[in-house]
Amino acid sequence: MAVIGNYDVAVIGGGHAGIEAAVAAARLGVRTVLFTLSLDAIGNLPCNPSIGGTAKGHLVREIDALGGCMGIAADRTMLQSRMLNTAKGPAVHSLRVQTDRSQYHLYTKQLLEHTEGLDIKQAEIIGINAVNGRVNTVRTKLGAEYEVKAVIVATGTYLGGRIFVGEANYASGPDGTSAATELSESLRQLGLGLRRFKTGTPARVHRRSIDFARLQRQLGDTEIIPFSFMTTEKLENRVECHVAYTNLRTHRVIMDNLHRSPLYAGKIEGIGPRYCPSIEDKVVRFSDKDRHQIFVEPCGMATDEYYLQGMSSSLPEDVQVEMYRTIVGLEKLEIMRPAYAIEYDCVDPLELGASLEHMAVGGLYGAGQFNGTSGYEEAAAQGLVAGINAARKVQGKAPRIFARQESYIGTMIDDLVTKGVSDPYRMMTSRSEYRLYLRQDNADTRLTPLGREIGLVDDTRWERYCAKDKAMIAELERLGKTRIKPEAASAILEHKGLPPLANDILAIELLKRPQICYSDVAEMIGQNDAIDSVLMARIETEIKYDGYIKRQMKQIETMKKQDKTLIPKEFEYHSLSGLRLEAREKLAKIRPLSVGQASRIPGVSPSDIAQLALALAVFRQKSGKSE
Amino acid sequence: MALYGHFIHRGKVIDDGMMLGFRAPASYTGEDVVEFSCHGSEVVSGMLLSACIECGAAPAGPGEFTRRAFLNGRISLTQAEAVMDLVASSSRQAAAAAESALEGALYRKIQEIEESLVTLAGHLAACVDFPEEDVEELTAQEFARVSRQARAELAALVENYDRGMVIKRGVRAAIVGSPNVGKSTLFNVMSGFERAIVTPVAGTTRDVVREQIQVGGIQLLLSDTAGLHQTEDVVEAEGIRRSEAEMEQAALLIAVYDGSQPLDVAGRALAESCAGKPAVAVINKSDLGTMIDVAELLPWFAEAVVVSANERDTAETIEQAILRLLKLNDMDTDAAMLANQRQLRAAEAALMALDDADAALMAGYTLDAAGVCLEDALSALKELSGENVAEAVIDEVFSAFCVGK
Repeated sequence: MAVIGNYDVAVIGGGHAGIEAAVAAARLGVRTVLFTLSLDAIGNLPCNPSIGGTAKGHLVREIDALGGCMGIAADRTMLQSRMLNTAKGPAVHSLRVQTDRSQYHLYTKQLLEHTEGLDIKQAEIIGINAVNGRVNTVRTKLGAEYEVKAVIVATGTYLGGRIFVGEANYASGPDGTSAATELSESLRQLGLGLRRFKTGTPARVHRRSIDFARLQRQLGDTEIIPFSFMTTEKLENRVECHVAYTNLRTHRVIMDNLHRSPLYAGKIEGIGPRYCPSIEDKVVRFSDKDRHQIFVEPCGMATDEYYLQGMSSSLPEDVQVEMYRTIVGLEKLEIMRPAYAIEYDCVDPLELGASLEHMAVGGLYGAGQFNGTSGYEEAAAQGLVAGINAARKVQGKAPRIFARQESYIGTMIDDLVTKGVSDPYRMMTSRSEYRLYLRQDNADTRLTPLGREIGLVDDTRWERYCAKDKAMIAELERLGKTRIKPEAASAILEHKGLPPLANDILAIELLKRPQICYSDVAEMIGQNDAIDSVLMARIETEIKYDGYIKRQMKQIETMKKQDKTLIPKEFEYHSLSGLRLEAREKLAKIRPLSVGQASRIPGVSPSDIAQLALALAVFRQKSGKSE
Repeated sequence: MALYGHFIHRGKVIDDGMMLGFRAPASYTGEDVVEFSCHGSEVVSGMLLSACIECGAAPAGPGEFTRRAFLNGRISLTQAEAVMDLVASSSRQAAAAAESALEGALYRKIQEIEESLVTLAGHLAACVDFPEEDVEELTAQEFARVSRQARAELAALVENYDRGMVIKRGVRAAIVGSPNVGKSTLFNVMSGFERAIVTPVAGTTRDVVREQIQVGGIQLLLSDTAGLHQTEDVVEAEGIRRSEAEMEQAALLIAVYDGSQPLDVAGRALAESCAGKPAVAVINKSDLGTMIDVAELLPWFAEAVVVSANERDTAETIEQAILRLLKLNDMDTDAAMLANQRQLRAAEAALMALDDADAALMAGYTLDAAGVCLEDALSALKELSGENVAEAVIDEVFSAFCVGK
């Protein structure tokens, strides 16, 4: 075999993880190559034509704040935007957009093509070679070999991919692409423990076969907040979505044909995501519900394909047709792409460190579905982290660990590498104990300085961030020292049916009252033109939830302290006789970076941690290192 | 730095004792440290501990002092190894203790409270994380209802803590009084056999005699003491000194009076020294006449009973008075009880967090703020079982709600 090139970082896969990884590595100045099975599948949205959603929207904003790609790509290709959970409090506001699927592909492909220092190659990687526990080459199906210093595996559902529809099943990637059939074996030879996960997607159907008049309309927001802190142009909704419902007839069709589902017939061994059950799962598990919701979403402006969110299935095609046509408004449905389930290979994320590098194979990183997650946004966030750390490794820099208390990105990675996963992992706001601080509206304050330090935040973004930050601090100061006289407030308070003020009050104190909003206070003390509506909402949240945010900050400080006590890589757990066997085995497998991370491992108790801390002291003294 | 003085909390003297202060970094942990030494009674040390916690102290976790010492670089190789062994053995004990508690009523109770809160948190998470699915909206009223119910149950646990301690550890009780009022006779009656020597001669009991007895399911470490009076006898004087020390350390006093004689100066002095302490007045020798009225002693004693040591129901009468005093006569000993300060602390932390959740709702905050407080409450409770809150809530979401695209 011939070595035909050499790179610092090779990315395997051109999905959402691969895109962020390749662009981040290249922008950080290392020579990068991205291999994809098909150039026409770059940035594909093989499932729902949408980006964001609860907690996922947080991830997109964090990726953007760090200088990643997904936020801008989503804004550029947006069809409809909605801020979810607006009534449930600022911690859980989440942005979700409908996306033009083919535009998203074209935009991201062009982005890769325009990224300096990044080569894009259509090739199937069938082997990764390592020497002395460190990756050194990758090999393509056509026999070409490339020397590399780091490899990021972002293979999605392609790795060992197998599609199931009813009685039929065959090796395949999503959307009619081919599967990567040989790489799994090479990864096993490197010592990786692979497992099978599965996911599924509903049918794509023709617009003309839907009776929209019989469905509920779902409109976008009138005022659209973009994903990217860099998007300044006004965004407009271009489509409507609709809601339909299954009924008892639908459920009967499913129950009558359950034996023909590969999942129920025992043909699928992969573990599916709990949050994304197929319609047959929903009907079986929640048999008391007489209807389930379906969202009818357009796939793009240049196509008549529609997506039926909530109806993923692996039933045979004839059953799918019968089942879908029981639904009011879908009686004449024409299926263009049938629903299917797909099984694929992935790694146990407990084999990875918090940098996403494999603990036994130096220079080998994983991102996205390969790491046991599910979702475009989860994948993109990990791709960004893997890209950053692969580049840093090549450059001889220490890895950049994203702390749990700093971001949803950090929370997700900490969960993956500390607790592991039992089914495909989806980000949720309930996974973060710090969600009043980790909001989507302050992602830039939390992460843009870090992105700048890493080297992904360019001057334009940095200047815009600094100006905005300055304006916000100045406004908080103004509110903190401007006193409002009772007569200045009386008209507004009376209008709201509130009692008048007895004495002067600081603007910031008045704003803490639940019934008072920023615009009321601004009317009393004068408008500040530097503050736009997004910043207004942010300031209001910071002030109103101050007590709760401070409460979280206190917990965060405690956590930071624990995270500072590092555990050396070479630390030996098996000699710790004071620890219970379960704790020892888990620690040895997961190899936590710090006492803080160790304390989050399920099955490791506080007294195990006390023991560990002491053993570390002993270890340090023996090896002659002081803290 | 060492100081001697009184421990005063909320204007009341708890005890007198010593305080040793160590300035950082010259302490075991390398931080500023104070150590208090007080008298050995469970009640006194418990009161001192509660006072410290009320003032902001938190009970140390297993091995916490050593962990801090390590974190501050204060531990040497040999010290560390020695302490490790200690922690290992004590954590085994703790584990054994936890295991037995796990089977008990407390575990079931905490589990029950936890389950209701996890269900609530799961409902909230389902609404928040799957806003587009048809999950029934969680209202602030429903949130408040569940959280208040849990709060009330926790409050009951916390209130029962002191009573629980009494049952678990037993009470040190001393029979005191003037010479020849029948202390030893009552002691024998309560013990159920002739433990102490009884003679008609005043001053027969010269040393403290102890016996462990059961009163309504409670351990009473009962002591008979020498009669209190002025004496020239060196041996008897020493006995009296010991009686006074016993009085000092007892958590419960049984002050015995000779009811056939009017209340004298010594009797009044005894009553005064019992004031404010858990004490039962026993007016003895009712068969010989009643010169002391119950009402006469009630200013100093919460409970006073009239008995004759010769009658059959004497022990029963005194025991009932003791149970009333300790408010244990209506106590279900099989009910859930917090077993130690750490559990108490966890329950109190959970209680406070639920109060905060309630306050957030009352002040009109959104459910996310109340939700964070709810999770704090759950974390506090989960500290007892060592489980992970987020995982429990997420499991609840997927098992109880049909969500997902």
